[in-house]
Amino acid sequence: MSDITKQSLTELIENIKNKKLSSTDVTKAFIDRSEKSKELNAYITNDFTSALDKAKKFDQKPNFNLKLPGIPMAVKDLFCTKNIKTTAGSKILNNFVPTYESTVTENIWNEGAILLGKLNCDEFAMGSSNETSFFGNVQSPIDKNLVPGGSSGGSASAVAGKLTPVTIGTDTGGSIRQPASFTGIVGLKPTYGSCSRYGIVAFASSLDQAGPMAQNVKDCALLHEVISSYDPKDSTSIEFKRNHYSKELTNNIKGKKIGIPKEYRVDGMPKEIEDLWQKGIQYIKDCGAETIDISLPNTSYALPTYYIVAPAEASSNLARYDGVKYGFRAKGENLIDMYEKTRSEGFGAEVQRRIMIGTYVLSSGYYDAYYLKAQKVRKLIKNDFDEAYKKVDAILTPSTPSSAFKIGEKTNDPVSMYLNDIFTVPVNLAGLPGISIPAGHDSKGYPLGLQIIGKAFDEQNILNIAYAMEEKINFKNKITDWWIK
Amino acid sequence: MSKKDSEYLINRKDNQYEVVIGLEVHAQVLSESKLFSTSATKFGAEPNTQVSLVDAAFPGMLPVINEFCVKQAIKTGIGLNAKINKRSVFDRKNYFYADLPQGYQISQFKDPIVGEGKVILDMPNGQKEVGIERLHLEQDAGKSIHDLDPQNTFVDLNRSGVALMEIVSKPDLRSPDEVNAYIKKLRSIMRYLGTCDGNMQEGSLRADVNVSVRPKGSKEFGTRCEIKNVNSIKFMQMAIEYEANRQVDLIEEGKTIDQETRLFDTKKNETRSMRSKEDAHDYRYFPDPDLLPLEVSEKFIEELKNDIPELPDDKKKRFIEEFRLSPYEANILVSDIDTAKYFEEVVAKMGKNKDIKLAVNWITGELFAVLNSKGLEISQSPVSAKNFAILINLIKNGTISGKIAKTVFELMIDGDKDPQKIVEEKGLKQQSDPKALEALIDKIINDNREKAIEYKQGKEKLFGFFVGQAMKASGGKANPQLINEILKKKL
Repeated sequence: MSDITKQSLTELIENIKNKKLSSTDVTKAFIDRSEKSKELNAYITNDFTSALDKAKKFDQKPNFNLKLPGIPMAVKDLFCTKNIKTTAGSKILNNFVPTYESTVTENIWNEGAILLGKLNCDEFAMGSSNETSFFGNVQSPIDKNLVPGGSSGGSASAVAGKLTPVTIGTDTGGSIRQPASFTGIVGLKPTYGSCSRYGIVAFASSLDQAGPMAQNVKDCALLHEVISSYDPKDSTSIEFKRNHYSKELTNNIKGKKIGIPKEYRVDGMPKEIEDLWQKGIQYIKDCGAETIDISLPNTSYALPTYYIVAPAEASSNLARYDGVKYGFRAKGENLIDMYEKTRSEGFGAEVQRRIMIGTYVLSSGYYDAYYLKAQKVRKLIKNDFDEAYKKVDAILTPSTPSSAFKIGEKTNDPVSMYLNDIFTVPVNLAGLPGISIPAGHDSKGYPLGLQIIGKAFDEQNILNIAYAMEEKINFKNKITDWWIK
Repeated sequence: MSKKDSEYLINRKDNQYEVVIGLEVHAQVLSESKLFSTSATKFGAEPNTQVSLVDAAFPGMLPVINEFCVKQAIKTGIGLNAKINKRSVFDRKNYFYADLPQGYQISQFKDPIVGEGKVILDMPNGQKEVGIERLHLEQDAGKSIHDLDPQNTFVDLNRSGVALMEIVSKPDLRSPDEVNAYIKKLRSIMRYLGTCDGNMQEGSLRADVNVSVRPKGSKEFGTRCEIKNVNSIKFMQMAIEYEANRQVDLIEEGKTIDQETRLFDTKKNETRSMRSKEDAHDYRYFPDPDLLPLEVSEKFIEELKNDIPELPDDKKKRFIEEFRLSPYEANILVSDIDTAKYFEEVVAKMGKNKDIKLAVNWITGELFAVLNSKGLEISQSPVSAKNFAILINLIKNGTISGKIAKTVFELMIDGDKDPQKIVEEKGLKQQSDPKALEALIDKIINDNREKAIEYKQGKEKLFGFFVGQAMKASGGKANPQLINEILKKKL
């Protein structure tokens, strides 16, 4: 089988279970392709040698009852992996090797998957283009010098470029859905509390959520089923009945009511995006579901709210990187000097910018005007969704206000960069699940995504809608393997 | 300085100043594990041996509240007659320090677990009520060790994350003596509850002391200074005395007092400025997003209420009523829970025909003296309550005299011996046989005829001589009352 890497996760599992492929065959194929794909810069750290060992071990004593039997998988470098360097894309953790495993990755390995390596991402997941990584840009498989999106840019690039069958990312304001949209893959941001945050390098604790990224909805559902679990080690983890998302997946969405929020029709949105949205509405109708115009009146406040809450939490979460206990330490004359040099040299510009914003909005005298007000607006945004869900079962929006942009195009304009997250951020603020599916191409042939937002804990429903639409859309990613010589 | 009418005032030429004190007591929660991690909390362990990944703030590590510590805080709140808040919030207090691994301390800022309460102090001139403003849970920091190396500072994280209760009083205290009584009362209550061992040497109890002064009779508060982290009652008292006088001197000189944080230098016996209000940290408090608000049910609180033992105030009341003790005696016995336990065990073991007053005198006299000289706590008493009770009964029923009892008690100390056996083995039983004593006294009168005549002629002082002779002849075992009676008759 020469085209192993072209197979979906579901196909690979099938073939391993039927013994048409061994874990070693599959692992070797993805390692080979990963090695040929260095130009994408999707990996920060590879673990290919021990991945092959693990694959061989699996083949010697295969357990086909597992959900991911012998499946190789690379993961975002924000997940702590035992004995494997974990950097969060930052110089400050350049030498950090955890002695522990994140719950989400633990769940994955427990189902038989094998770690291929750690994928590039924006530094501490702060970015929308993977350009803030200390380890350099990630190239999009879609086109040379195109950003894959961010912060889970390495993850998106690796799935779209078929360096890994599926992967996991994290999504604080769109970091799974936006890169998924930019690279023509499926990405799910689960309900806050669905996946444990234990062992994930924190960005903004009240928003961070891990989620699957895959080539299709079924693979996405399966991986979500593996990673979602109640975890007493995370106090914000929620105990609720989790579905067998892949088994219960259905394309029957007849009679479902899908909301179309008028506030997502933002100024300056390209016609291509509007057209895509209209096409999406048609697909919904073709599937036998109904669309209803709704209003989410506070949508325009979501982005400013997000850029107060997330930096505030980040400024505190990142205080622990002080050079005292682990990670990078600069030499200093005294303690304060050491702190200042360590953090000035260890953090990149975007991270420093957000630490400063966060410190400012929490300062006495400004707290009420910024942080407290942002929390109130956050509640209003959540109320908007609660109100809407009295009438509809899910909401359909574009994933991003534009297709992918060129590397370097927005690096000097942080606000225009932040605007990328305008459709994804409200979902994080409200703690809801959202999925981005590839739905079309722009005039340049770059992928465009649609986002389906669900009620809390209603992942099954948005997966079903995505599944049904996927069939109608019949999206084909235009990837030329331009980077493979 | 004067203590007229036991009022603590600072006198200067024409002016008298009142001192206003409020305390923020940091009491370490008695718990096997830390507030947000499962690490042990044992005092004196090797540095950095009780540190989890959470305590050292490794990336991706998350705090999980220790329910036991929550219970301890609520119990303490109940002991302080305070309002228990069913919903409280953990906040992050952000600041950089080498021994603060997270770069923030998890504490409670706006919504503490315990609200207003009160504590009653027994002062020489009556009772005094001290208001409690709040009690909140927070993490302790680690320890920076500066004196092990000339170039480097070492950090020990064993204490990092240990649960503390910060108990904030209202500015109701007016003298170093009241501060002494307040700390002792808090400690007593928490020891009764088993929520804090109150061990100040080990740092389980320490306080930030807020001091201000104002002209006597004034209703307004003066500008306060906060003296940080004082770890003994004596130092608190010294610091207050110094600080109050410093502030009064400033006022007398026409200067103003700067609101600031000060340190007490125990060697120089003075406070000095640590940082001014302008340099005060901006802690950027905000609710910790890693923790949900802490919610406790009415039932949860009720169950803890049922679990509360008899506290010192109630115990004191009962001792006075049930055992007819004076308030003074009752106070001594109840202030320390182990003393109260010992006393009650002695009372129980003494059986029906008991002399409680005698037992109290012996506990506060002989037993305390022995414990003091040996540097022991009453819980480590070399004489068990059971044997102590037997001894008191031996005195009460006339088997031995009080004087002999002291000899017996000394013999009991070594190995908690049964006093009954000591009396038998050493033949120390009191001679109470009138016939034998009469014979003994007849002989003494015979041997000292001249003195007996002098006595009869009116030299009454000599009576003591005869008693002494009789006791001596009996080897101290004669029943002194009988000796008195017989002597009176015979002389």
